Amino acid sequence: MPETAIAEAPAKAGTGEKILQVRNLEAWYGESHILHGINFDVNAGEVVTLLGRNGAGKTTTLKSIMGIIGKRTGSVQFNSQDIIRATSDKIARMGIAFCPEERGIFSSLDVRENLLLPPVVRAGGLPLEQIFDLFPNLKERLNSQGTKLSGGEQQMLAIARILRTGASFLMLDEPTEGLAPVIIQQIGHTIARLKKEGFTILLVEQNFRFASTVADRYYVVEHGKIIDGFSNSELAANMDKLHTYLGV
Amino acid sequence: MQALYAQLLVGLINGSFYALLSLGLAVIFGMLNIINFAHGALYMMGAFVAYFLLSLGGINYWWALLIAPIVVGVFGMILERTMLQWLTGLDHLYGLLLTFGIALIVQGVFQNYFGSSGLPYAIPDQLKGGMNLGFMFLPIYRGWVVVFSLVVCIATWFLIEKTRLGANLRAATENPTLVRAFGINVPRMITLTYGLGVGLAALAGVLSAPINQVRPLMGADLIIVVFAVVVIGGMGSIMGSILTGFALGVIEGLTKYFYPEASNTVVFVLMVLVLLVKPTGLTGRAA
Repeated sequence: MPETAIAEAPAKAGTGEKILQVRNLEAWYGESHILHGINFDVNAGEVVTLLGRNGAGKTTTLKSIMGIIGKRTGSVQFNSQDIIRATSDKIARMGIAFCPEERGIFSSLDVRENLLLPPVVRAGGLPLEQIFDLFPNLKERLNSQGTKLSGGEQQMLAIARILRTGASFLMLDEPTEGLAPVIIQQIGHTIARLKKEGFTILLVEQNFRFASTVADRYYVVEHGKIIDGFSNSELAANMDKLHTYLGV
Repeated sequence: MQALYAQLLVGLINGSFYALLSLGLAVIFGMLNIINFAHGALYMMGAFVAYFLLSLGGINYWWALLIAPIVVGVFGMILERTMLQWLTGLDHLYGLLLTFGIALIVQGVFQNYFGSSGLPYAIPDQLKGGMNLGFMFLPIYRGWVVVFSLVVCIATWFLIEKTRLGANLRAATENPTLVRAFGINVPRMITLTYGLGVGLAALAGVLSAPINQVRPLMGADLIIVVFAVVVIGGMGSIMGSILTGFALGVIEGLTKYFYPEASNTVVFVLMVLVLLVKPTGLTGRAA
């Protein structure tokens, strides 16, 4: 499928309004050229998943959108504003929140401090009561050191803290990595509920079985490019291709 | 016995300066990862600002306690913005060399204009005289220095360990990239932190002026001992710096009483022992 066709694929879900448009995004780590012209869109209210093997460039794509990759070119439009040259703190204040793969829980902060760390950037964030309703474990462990939580609880904390900020566009990098099936299921329920609340989510996953339970659309990343894209209803028809892409 | 108490008091006063200076160094090292060798020179600048305020503007000690840390803190922030920020991500050695160079330049400029001898700075009227405690005579100004330093140290510790702003600082020490991606302006926070650390040094300089006079090399004499204090307490540890500062001042004072020949070296002997037993310092954590 040609890249331009992928970029302009209409959404099956959401309002149809393009909230994020990525065009010819290239990124470098030092001398290493990682992204070679990424093109895709995300529509308001939908969950879009980037699939791909290790090292394909999925995480780098999220980091480039968030402005935490030193050298990047191309165009990233968020709510029709180009953010390719903006610093990460400005991008966050425009309403994009990032949950990193390594979770980024701070060891010198307790759970409450970790939860309250990201500033509220705009109205509309979830109040703490609603966050504790989503993640009841966190309420019981507010005074524990952040890194003393289990892997699943740390992942919940990492998602929970960006929900307060008022950001409407969430980027979740491999939220299920290394977690037990029961926790993965809980994360899946949470993502589905967030979607219902009106959040737009860009998800990076290697576990496409999990992704298929929450995503509206998929893009496949390989060697720093989007090589394919389809909606959830087209998933069954694309399974063979997907197995080849992901090597599963 | 009177002599012992007198040495204890001297130890507590020196400990106050050690604590304030090592606290500033710990804050700066924690946030900027820079070993700030310019700290002694900035301490000296604090004393000189107080001296200029009094001799040129007739502005008294109490205002100097407020103005000098602000003036020197702003000078520090300019240093950070124009020079130190470019060292982000480089080896510690670069920061050490740059700040050492800054210290030499600042001290050289002041020495050129004011020579090496001390300029007098009078104790404020409200803090003149002393109190007879029964077992010793306590000069009021010295008691004030100990109590005020302790209050400032505890307030700084509270700010960093118990407030939302402090949580931002601690988080940025661990992972500045992620903290910035949450919407916090980390470069501005780094600049303000450097200003805070430098302001603490200047405050110590003002407190020191009536006791030690105002001299261009007053910081150079002190800074090596302060670095030993920071190493013993643990680089980057706030409470470690405060406790070690006061404790080492007292130990130094007691050594002056029991074995004066070792009083100038006892801190360094302790540093060697601590490095042998616990290289991260008494309260420091392994990287």
